[in-house]
Amino acid sequence: MQNEASNVLNEFRQGSVAAFETLFRVHQRAVYGWILRIVRNPATAEDLTVETFWRIHRAHARFQPLHGFEGWARRIATHAALDFLRTTRLETELPADIPAPPTADPAVSAELRSKTALAFQRLPPKLRIAAILSVVEEQPGKDVAEALGISVAADKLRVFRALRLLRKDLASQGITP
Amino acid sequence: MNEHDQHRMKQLLQQALPPVEAEPEPGRDLWPAMLRRLDAKPESPPLFSWASLDWALLAGLVAFAAFFPASIPVLLYYL
Repeated sequence: MQNEASNVLNEFRQGSVAAFETLFRVHQRAVYGWILRIVRNPATAEDLTVETFWRIHRAHARFQPLHGFEGWARRIATHAALDFLRTTRLETELPADIPAPPTADPAVSAELRSKTALAFQRLPPKLRIAAILSVVEEQPGKDVAEALGISVAADKLRVFRALRLLRKDLASQGITP
Repeated sequence: MNEHDQHRMKQLLQQALPPVEAEPEPGRDLWPAMLRRLDAKPESPPLFSWASLDWALLAGLVAFAAFFPASIPVLLYYL
């Protein structure tokens, strides 16, 4: 079984489209899920999943089978999502098809939630990705840092800066969280 | 921002942006779209890009260094 997987990775590195399709079918869900956590829009996440695998296909010769496929794919997916966030205008509304929080805190009003979400969208994309993956999605710090190509300490610093800027933005609107 | 503030901001963010379900799936099979992308003609590189600006800057620096060799140590210092 492990030999088979290793063969697929080696064949992919040599440019086999069949091996690429196998990897696509095995990993597309995980890549899609990772991107959806960042961009929070299913249609965009689907497009970016295709974009990610396109980049993966183009970079097949640089792939190191020993380092594994998943982490490498996650890193490319994160960069594709980051490029998207950098080029997209600030949206005024969040997509409605993302599930609502299972336990909404009654102390946090809908207006405050909405203002926080909008203030979050105004953060620099790099900080936004670190905060959404680490704080909202509670992904392991090691995975987030690896996907962003930074150290765990640098990821923590980005999260701290994101929270500080978010607090400052809310404070400028007269909201003291 | 102290630890209490950080904790409060994290809570607020979690309330404002609910996490995505555990294992989300794409709404359609993405392989046909992937195949279309693979078959598509590769895009021609843009005539103007940051890469060309980089090269122009490098060429400018080389020309500057050729005309004013005394500036090379200063340039190296700032590199």
